[in-house]
Amino acid sequence: MRWINTRPGRGAQLTLLLLPFVLLIAAYSAGSVARLAENPSDKLLPNLAGFADAINRMAFLPDPRTGEYLLWSDTVASLIRLFAGLGISTVMALVLGMAIGMLPYLRALLSPFVAVISMVPPLAVLPILFIVMGLGDASKIALIVIGVAPTMVRDLALKALELPREQIIKAETLGGSSWQIALRVVLPQILPRLITCLRLQLSPAWLFLIAAEAISSDSGLGYRIFLVRRYLSMDIIFPYVVWITLLAVVTNYILDRVRIAVFPWSELEKQA
Amino acid sequence: MSELIIENVWKEYGDQIVLENVSLTIASRAFVALVGPSGCGKTTFLRMLLGQERPTKGTILLDGQPIPTEPGRDRGVVFQRYSVFPHLTVLGNVLLGKEFSNARYKAKLLGATRRNAVEEALQLIGEVGLSGAEQKYPAQLSGGMQQRLALAQALIMKPKVLLLDEPFGALDPGIRVEIHTLMKRLWHETQMTVVMVTHDIREAFTLASRVVAFERRRDRPEEKQRYGATITKDISIWPPRLAGVPSNFSPDRDGPIDSLGYRRDDPALSGE
Ligand SMILES: Nc1ncnc2c1ncn2[C@@H]1O[C@H](COP(=O)(O)OP(=O)(O)OP(=O)(O)O)[C@@H](O)[C@H]1O
Ligand SMILES: [Mg+2]
Repeated sequence: MRWINTRPGRGAQLTLLLLPFVLLIAAYSAGSVARLAENPSDKLLPNLAGFADAINRMAFLPDPRTGEYLLWSDTVASLIRLFAGLGISTVMALVLGMAIGMLPYLRALLSPFVAVISMVPPLAVLPILFIVMGLGDASKIALIVIGVAPTMVRDLALKALELPREQIIKAETLGGSSWQIALRVVLPQILPRLITCLRLQLSPAWLFLIAAEAISSDSGLGYRIFLVRRYLSMDIIFPYVVWITLLAVVTNYILDRVRIAVFPWSELEKQA
Repeated sequence: MSELIIENVWKEYGDQIVLENVSLTIASRAFVALVGPSGCGKTTFLRMLLGQERPTKGTILLDGQPIPTEPGRDRGVVFQRYSVFPHLTVLGNVLLGKEFSNARYKAKLLGATRRNAVEEALQLIGEVGLSGAEQKYPAQLSGGMQQRLALAQALIMKPKVLLLDEPFGALDPGIRVEIHTLMKRLWHETQMTVVMVTHDIREAFTLASRVVAFERRRDRPEEKQRYGATITKDISIWPPRLAGVPSNFSPDRDGPIDSLGYRRDDPALSGE
């Protein structure tokens, strides 16, 4: 049989899924054991006990200085910024994307502009944001919006444009006005795409968030990582990285489930 | 009444003349089949009737009035593909026209208006043989069922003119016979004028009351650009077929209906 036609069974699939993770952990453990054997106070590759201790300190014991449970207060601070940024971007993408996709006049006005804006490197704008908006949450949220909104707007505009012309014509023959067609024909068909688009923008959004927190902040997951870096606290950095990854993975998964639950037809179309 | 008068219509795309000097008067409630070689401008002609394209020269009148320059509810349409909305169920697809005309801003119906509309939609769904599939999405329907859905969706608007662009071209012969019967019945029962583009001469003569052929008079490669297609044949079926008048003299060229039996493409009716 050709390779392109051989498929793993259920068990094999699960094994294959876990394999890279197991290998990664095994490689790390081997490295950790080797380094600690040489020098028991080595900080670069802490062992499991070291991690457990650090996690316990960060997540379950109050910080002696502030009395806060740092992992949780960092998570809350970061997630608020992340979701505020993504939320604003989503609304902008919906409104602007649909308008650009549907209305030729707005397309002529905004499409080239958005294309140019999306090429501005967001991190290069960060100093401007700090100067204009101060060092608080606003500038960090703004960075996320500048980083992800233009791409989302373009993606949704493309999606709205891609709808078969026949569908729009058909809606017109059913008596739909521009507004009604936007509401009942275009919007519902690009919402699933919006969710997918949001999923794809999760990792750039995290990137911008951590970059902004690293440069100037007093809380947040990115802030903590860069703070403890000074003390080579790998035992804290590693769990934080894993935790951030986990948050992103879970958000990604939930968004996809939401799409399938709310727009069952979008999954049917994929299979059709 | 829904008489179409096409007077000396020309259509050019840039340098290319697609249609030249087309004049045609289509009586109210006629069923005109347009045939002709591929690329001769049948779809272009239909688009002009739809209001999606404007003639370069000439006029098109519907009931004595110039045809509106955009698609509207007086002219229904069924395309070969993409005629139904993938994000709406069968019922939702048929209801959409009602919702557009009765709810200006929300484009959604509630309460008694909705109940009445649903009743009307269900009846139409039954008439095109889709009872039992009301809650299915188009991706869950066969090609023939989708086209029947597209018909029902257009018919709920009670259009003056129904425009069909190779609506049954992609269906297999057994299913086509069945949908022909439906098409004939709908033509007899409603008040509309039908213009149908088809590649299938047999289909044209089976259904139509009049068959119109488009062709280029000069078709040498060097002349292709400069000479468009025009009406070369205009055949009225004899004895005349009239909407609403059963005729024993026009035998159904598709052959007896009874032989259809379980060739139906509609699993919903057979209980699935
Ligand atoms: N938007 C357009 N711009 C330029 N040329 C066009 C456009 N639409 C159609 N044409 C040209 O007009 C001619 C007629 O096209 P049309 O689609 O009407 O043919 P048709 O008779 O429907 O063909 P078929 O039977 O294959 O569907 C073709 O040569 C096509 O290239
Ligand atoms: Mg065509």
